[in-house]
Amino acid sequence: MRRSRSCTFAWTVVSLLIAALLAAGAWPRSGGAAEPIKIGFGMALTGGLAANGKAALLAMQLWEADVNKKGGLLGRPVKLVYYDDQTKGATVPGIYTKLLDVDKVDFVVSGYGTNLIAPAMPIVMERKLVFPALFGLANNEKLNYRGYFQIMPAGPRPALDWTATYLEVATRQTPKPQTIAIVGADAEYPHNALAAMRENVKQFGLKTVYDSTYPPTTVDYTPIARSIKATNPDVVFVASYPPDTVGMVLAAHEVGLRPKMFGGGMVGLQFAALLTKLGPKLNGIVNYDFWVPEPTLNFSGINEFLKRYQARSAIEGVDPLGHYLPPWAYAYLQVLGQAIEGTKSLDQQKVAEYIHEKEHDTIIGKVKFGANGEWSTSRVLQVQFQGIDSVDIAQFHKPGRRVVVWPEKFKSGTVIYPYDKALK
Amino acid sequence: MFSLDLLLNALVAGILLGGFYAVVSLGISIAFGLLDIVNIAHPVFVMLGSYVAYILNAQLGFDPVLTGVLFAPVFYGLGLLLYQIYYASFERRGAESLRGLVFFFGILFVVEVSLLLAFGVDYRLVEASYIGESLRIGPVGIAYRLLVPCLIGMALTGALYLFLSRTFFGRAIQAVSQDAFALRLMGADPIRIKRLAFGIAIATASLAGALLIMIGPVEPAMNREYIGRVFAVAVLGGMGSVGGTLVAALILGIVESLTATFSGPSWSVAVSFGVLLLVLAVRPAGLFGR
Repeated sequence: MRRSRSCTFAWTVVSLLIAALLAAGAWPRSGGAAEPIKIGFGMALTGGLAANGKAALLAMQLWEADVNKKGGLLGRPVKLVYYDDQTKGATVPGIYTKLLDVDKVDFVVSGYGTNLIAPAMPIVMERKLVFPALFGLANNEKLNYRGYFQIMPAGPRPALDWTATYLEVATRQTPKPQTIAIVGADAEYPHNALAAMRENVKQFGLKTVYDSTYPPTTVDYTPIARSIKATNPDVVFVASYPPDTVGMVLAAHEVGLRPKMFGGGMVGLQFAALLTKLGPKLNGIVNYDFWVPEPTLNFSGINEFLKRYQARSAIEGVDPLGHYLPPWAYAYLQVLGQAIEGTKSLDQQKVAEYIHEKEHDTIIGKVKFGANGEWSTSRVLQVQFQGIDSVDIAQFHKPGRRVVVWPEKFKSGTVIYPYDKALK
Repeated sequence: MFSLDLLLNALVAGILLGGFYAVVSLGISIAFGLLDIVNIAHPVFVMLGSYVAYILNAQLGFDPVLTGVLFAPVFYGLGLLLYQIYYASFERRGAESLRGLVFFFGILFVVEVSLLLAFGVDYRLVEASYIGESLRIGPVGIAYRLLVPCLIGMALTGALYLFLSRTFFGRAIQAVSQDAFALRLMGADPIRIKRLAFGIAIATASLAGALLIMIGPVEPAMNREYIGRVFAVAVLGGMGSVGGTLVAALILGIVESLTATFSGPSWSVAVSFGVLLLVLAVRPAGLFGR
């Protein structure tokens, strides 16, 4: 009798334990409930944009790990599915078709850059997908696709707002500049930036004294710098990619090109590899950026993210600073994740509408999108390099080296004007 | 916008640029012009030279020119090995034309991908006290990072010219390009002579690479930008003419610089290649070709 009671008691305890485990969700569930939510994308892991593409991928993998550590989305783990687009637009349609039809991903996000976002647009539009995009300039300008969301804070009129910030800084200085020289590479981004700058020059009432482009394969930039110098402009706006950025900065120093303001749209001055070689030659340059380690941009979570990114950057062979693209690559997935959680749904339309309606908290601050999927207000920064005294990378981790001089809301210092003064 | 100062500066900048183009093109001129080897992979060896200069500069603070000179013998050895493989696999079998070209394409991709795996895709630069500084002579400004490659380019051209015209091996290299069989009758081994010449061609890439990274940042895929340019210089100069290579490089450099200064830089490359076409229309064998 006693044995029978003990047996019943034991079975009751075991049954209660099993019930408790099931209730806690520790037991594997049947069916597809534990299937991961798949997010697919192509990314430039080789080719011209690979340096940034690899850094973006690392940031996205950090987001994936963070989300899964917290239990995933809607109680399901998250899995990134990606392919190398080789920085070639031609590979993009195939990659996205495979992601959707073979890998059966639940969401797609873009790869890095204008040229790699554009070829994915027809596919996402045809299938009415939500499409968070990473650093494309004016990709949705003519398409007006409701599901497109650009994380780069260029503003509602991307190209115009972007380049206007440089003139906002210039025209507030005393004496006010009167003339401008604009120059850039014969390539997609510089062409867009130069076209927008020509419009802005009219708006701000400046006179253009030099306006030219150069082949991206140019070896010697000193003849260009000399021609600009001969026109004696007050302001020089350069729209360049990394190799020509170095060429133009060195050439300006070598020929003694000293306008009142120099810089504007130079890609490359955001990366450690070039910053640590140009060193003090950077002083005085005013250039666009999106995030720098200044106290006015100390958003919640950014420093923790950068600490983890920088710890892995050497192993992954990517930019050791990670200030330019990685936080935004993390943030555009944050926006998507918040929308999935917010709607409790994988429905593309619901998620897209949620992203439109809400303001999103991310590591790069609050993000609010406008009707065309661009940021509702521009947050392009203009920063000035100040007090660079060596080629040591440590100085670029600290505030005070890339001082935010525009916009007012995030201003962390005063612009040293004219340019010559900052070089002394 | 025309002024005498600008003209003088544009001419000097063109000469400096031309001197650099000469160093990059000399290897092609020897391999393609004298040996009939379409070494399309030459620019990737230039890139390899850049990365060697970068490593020694970043790790040990070596000047890039010093590295270029120190590693020239290593590149020479690499050239000997490469020619031996090329000869055994293609030339000996008479399959050097198309298959040989594919072989060098393959070498180009292997070296490029190896550089990608080893160094990643970031742009690399070197540090030297003279980079970013310039010398002023009256109204003319001369950037040291362009002056050094130009002087080395002219010195290398002179040395190669003397080697090819005054030494037994040099004359043998010139002879092998004309009649390998006749050379054999003179008791010289044409294969050995070609191997030696190919080694010299690759050795020049060590120096050219070191000079390239001094002028601007490099990344592994950048070699492709130079393929058209170096072949244009070699063809314009006249196949196999070392002096012609220098003259052609100077012409292209000066045309590029003058166009960039006075007509807008976007035309510079187009005008340079226009000059090439014009010269070839008048002299199909190039300026100094026979």
